[in-house]
Amino acid sequence: MSHTFAEKILAQKAGLAEVVPGQIVEVTPDVALSHDNTAPIAGIFRKIGVTRVARPDIHVVVLDHACPAPTTKHAQNHKAIRQFVAEQGIAHFYDVGRGVCHQVLAEEGFALPGALIVGSDSHTPTAGAFGAFAAGIGRSEMAVIMATARIWLRVPESLKIVVHGRLREGVTSKDLALHVVGNLGADGGLYQSVEWHGEGVTALDQESRIVISNLMAEMGAKNGYIPPDDVTFAWLEDRAQWPYDPVYPDPDAEYAHVVEYDAETIEPVVARPHTVDNVVPLREVAGTRIDQAFLGTCTNGRLSDLGAAAEVLEGRNVAPGVRLIVIPASSEVYLDALDAGILRTFVEVGAVIESPGCGPCMGNHMGVPAEGEVTISTANRNFRGRMGTKESDVYLASPLVVAASAVAGEIVHPCDLGSKQMREE
Amino acid sequence: MSINGKVWKYGDDINTDVIFPGKYTYTVSDPDEMGEHALEDLDPEFRMRVQPGDVIVAGKNFGCGSSREQAVTCLVAKGVGAIIAKSFARIYYRNCINNALPAITCPEAVEALESDDEVEVDLEAGEIHLARSETGQNVFTFPPLPEAVMGIFAAGGLIPYTRKRLGVEK
Repeated sequence: MSHTFAEKILAQKAGLAEVVPGQIVEVTPDVALSHDNTAPIAGIFRKIGVTRVARPDIHVVVLDHACPAPTTKHAQNHKAIRQFVAEQGIAHFYDVGRGVCHQVLAEEGFALPGALIVGSDSHTPTAGAFGAFAAGIGRSEMAVIMATARIWLRVPESLKIVVHGRLREGVTSKDLALHVVGNLGADGGLYQSVEWHGEGVTALDQESRIVISNLMAEMGAKNGYIPPDDVTFAWLEDRAQWPYDPVYPDPDAEYAHVVEYDAETIEPVVARPHTVDNVVPLREVAGTRIDQAFLGTCTNGRLSDLGAAAEVLEGRNVAPGVRLIVIPASSEVYLDALDAGILRTFVEVGAVIESPGCGPCMGNHMGVPAEGEVTISTANRNFRGRMGTKESDVYLASPLVVAASAVAGEIVHPCDLGSKQMREE
Repeated sequence: MSINGKVWKYGDDINTDVIFPGKYTYTVSDPDEMGEHALEDLDPEFRMRVQPGDVIVAGKNFGCGSSREQAVTCLVAKGVGAIIAKSFARIYYRNCINNALPAITCPEAVEALESDDEVEVDLEAGEIHLARSETGQNVFTFPPLPEAVMGIFAAGGLIPYTRKRLGVEK
């Protein structure tokens, strides 16, 4: 019988010949990711009554959500995590400044083809861009994995998305992913394993693919798989933690739904407040005044994102009264951007560069908006109150649009930035 | 097990940021204090007036967004008896089971129920009872939990379930 990616990998990990959607299997994940929530998870772990973590080698702990600590409480939390990983022999620990956990998981070679990854973070599906099965879980479940190395998973139905053709110039994978989330809705992939196929995906570089899998969380998907190919394998060279074995769906596998898109018709889009599926063509909101622009996060804080933004900003200035906050997704991205001269461009145009991590994405620190202010962001969520106050609006867009909007002081695509905005030397 | 309470009705796609704001995730760790932020950015009245046994009724995709379990524990702290929705976001659904908070998928009941209705939920029978003077007795049925996860729910949540399973607790 033919099977989807999810059916094949879950059968393999559960040691079964085959599984069907709806079946519940018990598995030992290859990787269990947690972040600043590791201290509360450790607290739950202790309540279970087990003293030692069952498989310290599968745990990866990355501090990223509020780093470096903005308050004493956050610092205490980090301190408790450092003590816990040391005491439990969790070697894969990445302290403050290394980067956003999903990016670090990729750079450190844990996000691998054929890996089964669970994470106590809803954007864990990001690793699906490498051909992993990667799903978010809760804190209690992570505590139980610490105690038993096991978790139950329901075999999901699968949704196949096929993207024909290639994206046009000035249209990014962020536009493609937001377009699909807007089209299928915030529950368009609920409980499902979403597979991305077609030239519109294979033509993308690895960093652009990560954006797509990352945003699958925003349509309720369990994971967002992109078949690994030479682009993936090249990216993983000298990174992979262990030899990997890719898993591919059977060509005649049965899907609950198949949805097709034509990449050439996708245009630049924006997600309006206060839901990610509130997606409209950028031209419909062009001219909306902004107070802040945020370039970063696990969605769009990689070198190619920063580079594309810097190209737009080069020779221009951030508009008076507007803040542009730039946060590289990791220390590796930070160094690469430094070497490429990109960070210099940001400082010259008037941007603020913060240390790698999640920053203001969920309202913790490093550029939260005031009441009544409008932010345009490369992040993945614009929920009411997300950035700290419910009295503010967050628009989501590509790095190109965020950079151009910072210059104009209003939402705009770089193609429509006039030459008048060029700085006079 | 029977749950009796008043209905608090909300719409579609209620996300975890409005159930429990992200800015508190690493500064608030006491469950009672979590309860004091429950639905803070959705319905400021809720945390002041909710009574143990009350039931949240919502549209599709309840609990979408972050994986934060506090979005469940803050409601448990307030004594919420059950959540009835057209559908649940998957991590939120797991978090409900793991904290023994009944997450009931029943679109018909959601259509019929309104805020301030008095309802009774019978988990064993899989029934929701609504008594209204104008329409009389209304009963809505829902399927039981899959057997494989019923054990977790019956044990009072994932942690007591795991303790039993590991033999830490009989």
